[in-house]
Amino acid sequence: MKQLLALFVVFLVSCKTDTKTETAKTDSIKVDALTVDDVKLEILDFNGLEPYLTKNDDSIYVINFWATWCAPCIKELPHFEQLNKNYKENGVEVILVSLDFPHQYESKLKPFIKEYNLKSKILVLDDVNMNTWIPKVNENWDGAIPVTIIYNKDKRKFYDRPFTYNELETELKQFLN
Amino acid sequence: MKLIKTMPVLVMVFILSAFTVTIDTFNNGYEVGDIATDFKLKNIDGEMVSLANYKDAKGFIVIFTCNTCPYAVKYEDRIIALNEKYAKKGYPVIAIMPNNPDVQPGDSIEAMKARATVKGFTFPYLMDKGQKIYPQYGATKTPHVYVLEKTNRGNIVKYIGAIDDNYKDASAVNTKYVENAVDALLEGKIVPETKTRAIGCTIKVKKGS
Repeated sequence: MKQLLALFVVFLVSCKTDTKTETAKTDSIKVDALTVDDVKLEILDFNGLEPYLTKNDDSIYVINFWATWCAPCIKELPHFEQLNKNYKENGVEVILVSLDFPHQYESKLKPFIKEYNLKSKILVLDDVNMNTWIPKVNENWDGAIPVTIIYNKDKRKFYDRPFTYNELETELKQFLN
Repeated sequence: MKLIKTMPVLVMVFILSAFTVTIDTFNNGYEVGDIATDFKLKNIDGEMVSLANYKDAKGFIVIFTCNTCPYAVKYEDRIIALNEKYAKKGYPVIAIMPNNPDVQPGDSIEAMKARATVKGFTFPYLMDKGQKIYPQYGATKTPHVYVLEKTNRGNIVKYIGAIDDNYKDASAVNTKYVENAVDALLEGKIVPETKTRAIGCTIKVKKGS
């Protein structure tokens, strides 16, 4: 039933031309030509997200906070995809945590995921209590994105900046040894 | 002899540590209690605006904001409401657009003017030309608010952070951080929450700068 409803919403959205001028630079996404019904979103509040930030197994987790409205995030996203592809076999899991607006899940986020054919795991964080959960992610984070966390069970680093692929790989290698 | 050999090293250490300090100050910007710099920035009407122009103000609600960030857009009506409520009480809103318009053309002075007209901004909307002011404040994103209290020592930072605790829905807000801060200052009380955090859009700078 929920899926049916989602489908219906998708149809509604795809019928309508996007005339909003308020949204940030996501102009390059061609919304209307896409079928996004097979993109499923995992939408969580911070309590739901927290376990992904605190796993205690043998993997290395690369967690990137991003949004389709965030231009520097979009720019670095391919590097995370590349990292996921290159290091999956080495026990590295890339998780892309989207901070998109709920009213744009259908119109922006799903089409984006489809268009860019994102392969990394995607979680969607929908939690307005930002002043509560932002410091839980990192005490030094003031809320600007993109930010990235790389961690394993022994070590954790927080990066308050965008990455090139080489920079990202260099950081990851500190965790691989 | 030994001393002579170690001298250059010592000098290097001094120079390096001096640099570190500079960089730290630059990155961190103001903390609550610091004196905020005044500025002379161009408003969308072409006039230059400084805090010193506001002879009767008791303080300021300085908001780094822009046209293109969806969070900033979400807060436009609430920023207008803040000015409506507090300008007459002595705390006008001063909006500063910190992005480099070469990187973010949607934040050019023309675009700012257009947006201000559409929304009916009742406060100055200033271009941080050359991007010299926002780093001094330590703003990292839009929207990013600094409530300042005017004193004999200068404009003292009393609050840094978000406007309220629900970007999505103004009617579902539980805590109005900025209003609480200004109300406290107007009543001569301690600001209940001096620093809050919220997601926002990174301030856009030219690569390598």
